[in-house]
Amino acid sequence: MDAAVTTVPTPAAEAARPGAGAPAPAPGGVRPPRAGRASRPRAARRENLAGYLFMSPWIAGFLLLTAGPMAVSLYFAFTDYNLFDAPRWIGLDNFTEMFGDARWRTSVEVTGWYVVIGTPLKLAAALGVALLLNQSRRGQGFYRAAFYAPSLIGASVSVAIVWRALFSDGAAVDRAQQVLGFDPGGWIGDPDRIIYALIALTVWQFGAPMVIFLAGLKQVPRELYEAAQVDGAGPWRRFWSITLPMISPVLFFNVLLETIHSFQIFGSAYIIGSQGNACGPADGTLVYTCYLYVQGFENSRMGLASAMAWMLLLAVALVTAVLFWSQRRWVHYEEGGR
Amino acid sequence: MSLVHTKARRWNTGSLVWHLGSLAVLAVVLYPVVWVIGGSFKPNDEIVGSLDLFPTDPVTDNYRRLADGIADIPISTFFGNSLFLAVGSVIGVLLSSSFAAYAFAKIDFAGRNLLFALMIGTLLLPYHVLLIPQYVLFQKLELINTYTPLLLGKYLATDAFFVFLMVQFMRGLPRELDEAARLDGCGHLRTYWSIVLPLCRPALITSAIFTFINAWNDFMGPLIYLNEPEKYTVSLGLKMFVDQDGVANYGGMIAMSLVALLPVVAFFLAFQRYLIDGMATSGLK
Repeated sequence: MDAAVTTVPTPAAEAARPGAGAPAPAPGGVRPPRAGRASRPRAARRENLAGYLFMSPWIAGFLLLTAGPMAVSLYFAFTDYNLFDAPRWIGLDNFTEMFGDARWRTSVEVTGWYVVIGTPLKLAAALGVALLLNQSRRGQGFYRAAFYAPSLIGASVSVAIVWRALFSDGAAVDRAQQVLGFDPGGWIGDPDRIIYALIALTVWQFGAPMVIFLAGLKQVPRELYEAAQVDGAGPWRRFWSITLPMISPVLFFNVLLETIHSFQIFGSAYIIGSQGNACGPADGTLVYTCYLYVQGFENSRMGLASAMAWMLLLAVALVTAVLFWSQRRWVHYEEGGR
Repeated sequence: MSLVHTKARRWNTGSLVWHLGSLAVLAVVLYPVVWVIGGSFKPNDEIVGSLDLFPTDPVTDNYRRLADGIADIPISTFFGNSLFLAVGSVIGVLLSSSFAAYAFAKIDFAGRNLLFALMIGTLLLPYHVLLIPQYVLFQKLELINTYTPLLLGKYLATDAFFVFLMVQFMRGLPRELDEAARLDGCGHLRTYWSIVLPLCRPALITSAIFTFINAWNDFMGPLIYLNEPEKYTVSLGLKMFVDQDGVANYGGMIAMSLVALLPVVAFFLAFQRYLIDGMATSGLK
């Protein structure tokens, strides 16, 4: 899914509880009996029938396009499969080949670099601008919309093409760095620097997390700041002691989603790097999914590509688990749970 | 509160500094946009090298050349294909997601909590794990180079984000409404169609716009599933342009890029409030 699409979570506990906010169903999902209803077992049966009727497209999609493919993908990961001959079981060979492959390690490195540098920069920009905008002043809505716009178009092929032009030899970015006294040369042709063009593109799309930060900032009670000001707390202190703890659930959510999305970058890397071959000069933008695409669809190594996909899933799951584990230490949910 | 309010409506030094700061950020963010618009009116050899934002002698050659199409295919073909996919996706997502969301939010059925947890789980699942087996599935069904693989998931509510968005919205609707409907003898289907769905308009609009824009921008799906240029979407048409002309024809490429973004920009300008509010408020209630 596209990186521009995000939403704000209620605390995770709530997310796992459908119908919250409505009268809580008793354990087992059976609601207390109510006057004017048909006998309970029959009513419950009817509810079940209706429920599964409404759920049927989702269930079909889940089985056919999510759960089934996941199981198949796990099987493929241990086979040699080229799409035309039957898959051949080869045990762990795909994984040993993958770990021994220098290009695979490059792709891990490029992606890691992209995630580790790009995500914090993007979130820092998002939070910084959100703090700047979080004042009820005329024009706030306009700035918010203008800063958000790049998030909608940033993942498109069009913007990737523009980026290629902007960061190529002699173009604006090259000129700017010459003025500042850096080495001349565009970033697009340079395997070591092209990744920064890609990082700049993700930072440019800081608007989506910014909107979420802004929504979080609006929820912080004004009284807290007024009280702190009375107590003599400066702006810095107010930020660390009030703002940051109060928006930590939103921060957690943004970190989680942006990190997961960063791992899956594909289209922009493919286009920015495409010069004859996909994914950059000397593999400069060979992000993980790019290499997965090359192995799966250019080299017809479906088994190997599946194994790679599972490694990506493991990495994402690991990062998610670590983030959820760490949130106890730094994410503050308001008393009362909501 | 009143203190904040009076401050907000008066022009003073603070407000000036604030606007200067915001404008500075805006200049950085909009620079690439202005540059590319100006560039699209420059002669081809001036685009990369020149630092001027706007051309001294504006030319429209870059746009006029688009009439030749890409690889002998008129660009209207690509636009038609993208439009078909985007509209088809919107219809599918609205129907299937609201269906599932209604069940999650309004029906007490056995196993609801488990299915909801699974749905939330798919929200975080990297799409790439499904890429290969889905491709193999559609290949066995001989559906490669058709639009079915790109649309089927939309009609089966696989975009968990939109289901989640609508569940959140439906939970916020007063329960008395659908209970009253029930007492009047409305079945679930009636309640869904005549009561809940009309009240969900803001969530539906947000979902529709995001779906349209995502389908319009999608690159990986068409790249994998379509292999006949006549069926290409705008994204693939652009990629073909890049492969074919490379750096030799920046003018045509960025002109085409701008034209390709027009529908997205139009949607944004028309509906930005729905987009931003939909994104910011779902779940923050």
